[in-house]
Parts: sequence; structure tokens; C-alpha cells
Amino acid sequence: MNTAKTEREPLFSAKTKKLLLGPLNKENPITVQVLGICSALAVTVKLEPAFVMALSVVIVTAMSNLTISALRNTIPPRIRIIVQLVVIAALVILVDQVLKAYMYDVSKQLSVFVGLIITNCILMGRLEAFAMANKPWDSFIDGIGNGVGYGIILIVVAFFRELLGSGTIWGLPVLPKVFYDLGYVNNGLMILPPAALFLVGIIIWIQRTKNPDLQEEN
Amino acid sequence: MFSNGYIFRYASIMVILVAAMLSAAALLLKPAQDRNVKIEKIQDMLSSANIESTPATAEALYDKHITREILINSDGEEVSIYADGKFEMGDRRAFDVDLKTELKAKQNLAKGKQVEDPVFPLFVCEKGEEVIYIIPLSGTGLWGGIWGNIALKSDFNTVEGVTFGHKGETPGLGAEISTEIFTHQFPEKTIFDKSGNFVSVQVVQGGVANSNIDPVHGVDAISGGTITSNGVSAMLKDCMENYITYFKIRKLYEYSKN
Repeated sequence: MNTAKTEREPLFSAKTKKLLLGPLNKENPITVQVLGICSALAVTVKLEPAFVMALSVVIVTAMSNLTISALRNTIPPRIRIIVQLVVIAALVILVDQVLKAYMYDVSKQLSVFVGLIITNCILMGRLEAFAMANKPWDSFIDGIGNGVGYGIILIVVAFFRELLGSGTIWGLPVLPKVFYDLGYVNNGLMILPPAALFLVGIIIWIQRTKNPDLQEEN
Repeated sequence: MFSNGYIFRYASIMVILVAAMLSAAALLLKPAQDRNVKIEKIQDMLSSANIESTPATAEALYDKHITREILINSDGEEVSIYADGKFEMGDRRAFDVDLKTELKAKQNLAKGKQVEDPVFPLFVCEKGEEVIYIIPLSGTGLWGGIWGNIALKSDFNTVEGVTFGHKGETPGLGAEISTEIFTHQFPEKTIFDKSGNFVSVQVVQGGVANSNIDPVHGVDAISGGTITSNGVSAMLKDCMENYITYFKIRKLYEYSKN
């Protein structure tokens, strides 16, 4: 071992910065990798549940990445998927229990979707592709980055769906009553799951227009 | 390489550790979770009597308005009364009774099985001058359980209000039973016909106006939510019929008093 390698990396090197910010744009789990779409359709009717869902996913991706990365040299390859699932499932159940105890209303709105974080492809994807081969700190940052990348799309979609579908933001009415008196009607389609698909589609469109290297040649 | 023994040890230790962690979390969080469920039950009950509450005020409002918790048996006799924080009769609080179990017992009794006599909870709510009787409901919809509360005015006949909840009815169809659009139809409906027979409030497919049911005993069902609507109808009848004898006795008693 030479000394250059054993020297500690700074906490936020260019590499960790890339790990954190990459998933927000060019490696976004939803708009580029198209992972975790089901829950993005289901929980984005209102901003509050979408935010809590995003936060839950960030916690689970970060902590599971950290745990698996710390254990990566001890995990027998033959049961590694089982180990990963156990870690994810334990974290998700914890998050679900805490929500039930302290954020009961939101947990009712999210219903099964917190439990279904277990099946979110982003999680297994990051554990297999990143945490199994990288150091705990990098993995932790990677988890946060991917969780936030997922969450940010959720929040953007939920913002527009709540504004156009219910005329509120975070449950507070924002459209003046005059609008409704003049005949404005909340868009019922925005409350239904297809609206999320349209919005995600629009986000992908904007993102690819701005990043030509994301466009496929056909 | 990892030996088989290592794999077994690894898996066992991991599972035991995770199990211990999760049971500890479940035990620690249980009180807070139970309290949330209790507050939700209180809020639903108050809301059927048209009393607004928030999670923070629910318990205080319950103590203020719900003055008596009564349990009646299938013969219409009071078996337990809980009022002002103490028992006047019996030793079971109506609030702690699991309606589902009691309804199951009623079914088993009807089939001729030997079971304990079912008891049914009734909550007396005082709102200003008014006295309102709240009956909890429990039944089945399309995908799972449905529940609710129906509040009757002191004539034991006119509906004051209702609330419904469901486990997972279809959004936009059956799930609409818990919305204002459906529940606002119930106030002022009556559950007894002119000759004093129990007719419940029926949820009518195709609309009450197009049926031969008296509009005062029926509400419009939800299009596309037939099985849920029928479930609500059956639940109302099934749960309210347990109180009919009791209501009749009470009415006779009050009649004789005047």
C-alpha cells in the first residue's frame, strides 16, 4: 500500500459531489432510469404525502446503502440478495411504524405505498450496482442522491397535480375565489394517476431538450 | 469463499438481530399508534353528530359531549352503563367493545351455535339542548371492511348525520362513500315507517326517485359502486336492527312518562 492511497479523501470530494448531484439530473432514477414509477403515480395527488414519501425513500436508500456497504465484505455472495432484502424490509417497516405513530394522517394517505418501498427498484438497483462495491461514506451519499433525485420529481409532480387538481398547495387554498366565480374549475384529471404520467413525460421532455446527450439516436 | 456453515450462521444472526430490532420498535411505538387509532374513532363518532374536532381537541370534546356509553343485549336490555368516568351498571365500556366480534357472535347465534350473548354499543351525545344517539357500524364492501357511525336524534328515528370509512374500496367509485357527496344525503332521513316498522335507510341503485321506496327512507347509491353501496345498505340494516327493541322500550317508557 502506498501512502497516497491510504490518505483520507476529503469528506466532499469532486467524486462525492458527483454521486450526490448526478441522480438529480443526468442519472435521475425516475426520468432517466425510469425506476420507481408506480409510487410516483400513486402518491403525488397532494404535496404533503409526496413529501413524506420522498423523505421516507431518502432515509431508506441512504441507510440501506450505508448498511450494505459496511457489511459488503462479510456478505456471502450466494445470499446477498436475501441480505439486501432483509435490510431494506427492516428499514421500511421501521419507517412505516414511525409514520403510523407520529404522522397518522399522512400514513393513512400513503397506505400501502410506504410498505411498497421494499419493491422500489431504485433500492435494489443501488445496493447491487453501488453499495456492494463501494465504501460506506460514498454509498451513503449515493443513497441520499438517488433518494433526493426520486423525491424531487415526486414533489414537482405533486406540486402541479395539487395546484391544478385541487387548487391548493400543501392543503392551503391558493387560488383566489374570484377565479371560481368566473367559472374556473379544478381539473379532475389531475387527481387521477394518468396525470402524473403526463407530468413525468413533460419533465422528461424538458430535461432531454436541455441535455442533448440524453437523447437516443434512432 | 464462504462455507455453508458461515452462510447459515450469517443468515441466522442477521434474522435474529433484525427481528429483535423490529419487535423493540413495535413495542415502543405501540402506545402512540393505539392513541392515533382511538382518536380517529372519536373523531369519526363526533363528526357523525356534526361536532367538528381536531386530533388535539378530540379527547376533550369526547369527554364533554359523549355523556353515557351504553351496552345493550339482543333483548334490548341495558347490560352496562358508563358515565362520568365510572360504571353505573356492568363493567364493560362501550368504547372498548369490538363491534366486529359482536356481530360475528350474533351471526353464530342465528346459526344456532353456542356463543356468549352479543352486546351492542350505543353512545349518548349531548350537544347543547339536543340529545343524540350514536350507533357504530361495521360491515363489508367490495374489497374489504367498511365501517362508520350513524347518529340519531332523540326520537330514535331521524338521522342527524353519518360517517363512513373503508379499508380499500375503489377510488372514485366505492371509495366515494366516505365523501360529503354521499354522506350529506343522510341527515333528516328516518329509519321507521309511519306504522312504526323498522325499514332502515336504504342505498338505492338507480336513484331513489326512480324506485318505489319512500324518499325519506332511501338515498342514492354510487354509480359504478354497486357492491359497496349494497354493503352500506346491508351494514345499516344489520347494525341498527340490534337496537330496535331497545328503542321501542325507551319510546314506550317516555310515552308513559308524559
